[in-house]
Amino acid sequence: MPTILTPPEIDRKRDRHEGDEGTGNGTGNGQKPPTDKRTGGNGDGDNWDNHPQGHRGPRERLSAARVGLFFALGGDLMFFVALVSIFFVNKESGHFDAYSHYINEWLPTAIPSILWLNTGVLLLSSVSAEIARQGMFDERRTMDEWFGLGRPVSNRASAWLAVTLLFGGIFLAGQWIAWQQLRAQHVFFSSSMSSHFFYLITVTHAAHLFLGLGAVVGALLVLRRSRSMLTRQVLVDGTVWYWHVMGVLWLFLFVLLEFGQ
Amino acid sequence: MAPVQTMDAVRWGWYLPRDGALHGPALDAHLMLNLWIALGLLVLAHIVLLVGLMVRRRRAQMPVVVLECLPLLVLTVLFAWLAGRSEHLWAAQRYVGAAPAAMQVEVTGEQFAWYFRYPGVDAAFGRTKLQLVSAAEGNPLGIDPGDAKGKDDVVTSQLVLPAGREVDLTLRALDVIHGFSAPEMRLKQNAVPGQTSHIHFTPTVPGEYAILCTQVCGMGHYRMQATLRVLPAAEFDAWLKGLEAAKLANEVQR
Amino acid sequence: MFATGHRAVGFGYLAISVIAVTVGTLLSLVMRLHLTWPDWPLPLHGPVLPEEYLAVVTMHGTLMLFFVVTVAPTAGFGNLILPAQIGTRRMAFPLLNTLGMWTMALALVVLLAAFAVPGGAPIGGWTAYPPLSESVLAGPGQGLGMDLWLASIALFCVAGTMGAVVTLTTIVKRRCEGMTWERLPLTVWAWFTAALLSVPAFSVLLAALVLLFCDRHLQSGFFVPSQEWMNGVMIEHHGDGSPLLWLHLFWFFGHPEVYIAVLPGMGLVSMVIANFARRRVFAYRLMIATTLLIGLLGILVWGHHMFVAGLNPFAGTVFSVSSLAIALPSAAKVLSWLATAWGSRGVRGRMATPMLFALGFVSFFIAGGLTGPILAQPILDEYLHNTFFVIAHFHLVMSMAAILGLFCAIYYWYPLLFGRKLSESLGRWHFWLTLLGAYATFLPMYITGLGGEPRHYAQLSGIAGPGARLLALTMPLQRHITFSAIVLMSAQVLFFWNVQMTARRPRLAEENPWQATTLEWAPGAMDGDDDDETHPRRHAYRNPCVYGEDGEGFLPQWSEDASLHRFPIPLKTEAE
Ligand code: HEA
Ligand code: HEA
Ligand code: CUA
Ligand SMILES: [Cu+2]
Repeated sequence: MPTILTPPEIDRKRDRHEGDEGTGNGTGNGQKPPTDKRTGGNGDGDNWDNHPQGHRGPRERLSAARVGLFFALGGDLMFFVALVSIFFVNKESGHFDAYSHYINEWLPTAIPSILWLNTGVLLLSSVSAEIARQGMFDERRTMDEWFGLGRPVSNRASAWLAVTLLFGGIFLAGQWIAWQQLRAQHVFFSSSMSSHFFYLITVTHAAHLFLGLGAVVGALLVLRRSRSMLTRQVLVDGTVWYWHVMGVLWLFLFVLLEFGQ
Repeated sequence: MAPVQTMDAVRWGWYLPRDGALHGPALDAHLMLNLWIALGLLVLAHIVLLVGLMVRRRRAQMPVVVLECLPLLVLTVLFAWLAGRSEHLWAAQRYVGAAPAAMQVEVTGEQFAWYFRYPGVDAAFGRTKLQLVSAAEGNPLGIDPGDAKGKDDVVTSQLVLPAGREVDLTLRALDVIHGFSAPEMRLKQNAVPGQTSHIHFTPTVPGEYAILCTQVCGMGHYRMQATLRVLPAAEFDAWLKGLEAAKLANEVQR
Repeated sequence: MFATGHRAVGFGYLAISVIAVTVGTLLSLVMRLHLTWPDWPLPLHGPVLPEEYLAVVTMHGTLMLFFVVTVAPTAGFGNLILPAQIGTRRMAFPLLNTLGMWTMALALVVLLAAFAVPGGAPIGGWTAYPPLSESVLAGPGQGLGMDLWLASIALFCVAGTMGAVVTLTTIVKRRCEGMTWERLPLTVWAWFTAALLSVPAFSVLLAALVLLFCDRHLQSGFFVPSQEWMNGVMIEHHGDGSPLLWLHLFWFFGHPEVYIAVLPGMGLVSMVIANFARRRVFAYRLMIATTLLIGLLGILVWGHHMFVAGLNPFAGTVFSVSSLAIALPSAAKVLSWLATAWGSRGVRGRMATPMLFALGFVSFFIAGGLTGPILAQPILDEYLHNTFFVIAHFHLVMSMAAILGLFCAIYYWYPLLFGRKLSESLGRWHFWLTLLGAYATFLPMYITGLGGEPRHYAQLSGIAGPGARLLALTMPLQRHITFSAIVLMSAQVLFFWNVQMTARRPRLAEENPWQATTLEWAPGAMDGDDDDETHPRRHAYRNPCVYGEDGEGFLPQWSEDASLHRFPIPLKTEAE
């Protein structure tokens, strides 16, 4: 994201990228190769932001996607911040009963220990996702693929994403088992204040991961189908970042549920 | 019966209803001050706007400091001054509770009525239980018969208060949020189910005043009204004694 | 129909708003008639019951606030104008953008469906305080109607967030070459700030809606005490919540929401006044700063809606101070508008309809805004809370100012969007009738509010007790208000008539009839929907609002050479 004080290179003549074709559709043919290290930030002397929009190098679409994801996740995190604030307020709150005794009805819900396992699995899934993501930007292989010498990058990434898919699925299944275990102990959503939160938090988070799995599947499809290297990169990158944020969020929520009650 | 004040004085030409509470005049004065300032700024701004559209333009505009910073500084001082005055009044009314000698009355709102409870001779309210609430059985507040403190509690549908004595109102709601409001006492506070809130004031002028519900609470919201009767102290004592005696007689009969 | 072009999306949002504003206005007519003549049976319906009145108020507020003044200025005109104004051909993420629009449409349909279900529409007001909004037993309309309301607003939150993400990304990533942050028109800054506010505000509201839904259907107790008593029935909740929690979450959203509604209007009005006064917006950088500052302070003041709702009195003081502080950036804006408009005499065409509506916005913003600091003093709010004084405050500052901002946008950008100019004379009539009608309607509400008239009262007469006397005093003014409101509503017919008539007129030959300087007016800036490649690229060479010293001549942002354009402007200015 450019800072507010972009140096005003006002009357710079049209730059040398005028003739370039856009990014995106189709591989090869006069496009910029998909590995350009120049970031477009400040300080490298080449102010990409002042290039015509659509011509700020191969990373433009990538960074647009990242910016969008950044804002969307910002909103999403606010959702959880609201939930967690209510969690703390409810935990502390009480009332005076008819006998003027102060009652705080908070009873911590015992967290099934399988959640530890789930957390580990989720972390592993993030690792494999990150490997897939990094691979997408491997310079040499990307160039190979871009030149049409096989699909080394996409195949590798597909494999690692499949691992993520698997682990993510295991995580969700693990959450399901945790819910079943609680049900067996007759701890339902409406059982107590803390059980509200346990279910609310785990379920909404699971819903987010479900969407994430959908994105992973989408990325796998795109890795097979799309002809544009850039589209593949953007999709994998976005999916993986989303996955990471959900993973970190889970760590936080898990710590909250395990130790914060 | 007190000489009921019937005059609906529309004060200051701003339609403010008459004012019967100790803290009222100061509040009114501050409100008037604010309204006049707002009106003044409104007129001033429109004059500036209209004159500005009428005069010919000059080449140079005045610098930002003169046109923005200076007026902003004035407004800052103005608003700070108003804030200071109003927080002062607010602090006087809300930061501290009622004096220990204040009269205790409990106000309970339910869809769509207000009930008022006086603690009786023991000066303590009996406990209430929601399970026992039943207006049909004559126990609209669910006072627990097992609690001795509640035996002498008097429940009325009119709020009757002595003039010149501080009152501490305990606000409760049975079902949904209600807004306890006595416009002529310049008083408003919501009654929230599950918790109690306090508000205290001193009525000064005997008369009959309105109590309204000012928080939407369902279809009968508009008719959830009650009467506040402020009596001279002696009359009030007689009224309360009468009710307490009746209540005790009733209890003994049972 | 499912086109993803930003123009189609923008018009879609406007269509949503037009439907909502039509229904909302009719509902306000019902309210006014019923308040003035409570016994008068509505044709085709019969007498209006108290719960029906409350349902009408609730739906009026919800439609107007969510679906008119939030949707049209940001998402509607944002999609139509924003890309061209920053020199790009399209919004970011077209698919997401389209999805957002259809989600919004669905939200509107779901909301309107609440009228049709058994029990009718909800009666709890647009703020839906629990337990009234939590329990089916609390009243008619609180069953399925309330569920639909919750679903609709949840969809609204999702759609609004999608739109905001698209807007933010577009502004951050798709500005054309040379369009530095400082050169952004104030409209873009306003859209940016509004979108920045939307993302957290809508998310928090969504969370609150989910929790309320759980309380309604899953016996949880986030917003209700563990033992709830409603209509003689005891309801157990496994929780120990408080309705005040809802108030906090709701107003954390609710206050930024009203700034989301008014900021785009502020931005546009700044640019329009500058354009018709033919001079740069006074203190341009300060305007940027105040826009951001209003946004920032806007998330810190929510407690001023809760002074007498059970908030701690010390917190009341804190929120009071932050609310009073927000008056300063607002006043700075007013000062800048006054200074920009000052001495614009002798400028040709300066009093065209867009300018009139912009000045009307300023007038309403002052008339409504000035009572904000009064309400923000808790001791005064203790008297004024939930009276018609508040209604007058927010109708002037929100309905009237924000709606005039919308009209300003329509009259100003109509030539750009349709190649035709709306009739000036009809526009003038529309403006003056709206201005006078609105003042005649809403200023007296200050007076009835000072007289003590509470909100949400289905009728002011036919009540026993001293309250009746208090309320009866306001009746003469009620009649006056209702007549004025009818004039105000009728005046809007002129607007639609104007649109209708203009559609038959020949297209305008001029490219830039207002001689504006921002990029959306550059020749060809609006054609070639969504295609970056086939059209010449934009470049912003300078700040917006550059005019000749004497007001004659102007220098558009897209013009490469630095010589002033004169009247009449050349038909085809070569952009590149
Ligand atoms: C933007 C918001 C908005 C607008 C425009 C209006 C417009 C009007 N409102 Fe309302 N109102 C609210 C928001 C709004 N209101 C809210 C939030 C509440 C509180 C609800 C609650 O408590 O729950 C309320 C409550 C409210 C009450 C209080 C009811 C009560 O508590 O008892 C009354 C009573 O008179 C009232 C009257 C009116 C009238 C006469 C108009 C007239 O001005 C109507 C005339 C209409 C116009 C001037 C608009 C014309 C605009 C166009 C034609 C634009 C078209 C173009 C595009 C959309 C692109 N409104
Ligand atoms: C667009 C909408 C909008 C805007 C901009 C504002 C602006 C402000 N509002 Fe308002 N408000 C609402 C919409 C809005 N409000 C709504 C919808 C409600 C009711 C919700 C409900 O309960 O249903 C409400 C209610 C509301 C309340 C609660 C009232 C109550 O329920 O008891 C309060 C209390 O503090 C308040 C305060 C303010 C303040 C301090 C501002 C400030 O931002 C105002 C700043 C502006 C100015 C101060 C004017 C500046 C001009 C000058 C100073 C002139 C300068 C003079 C010269 C140059 C000569 N508002
Ligand atoms: Cu009780 Cu309104
Ligand atoms: Cu507010």
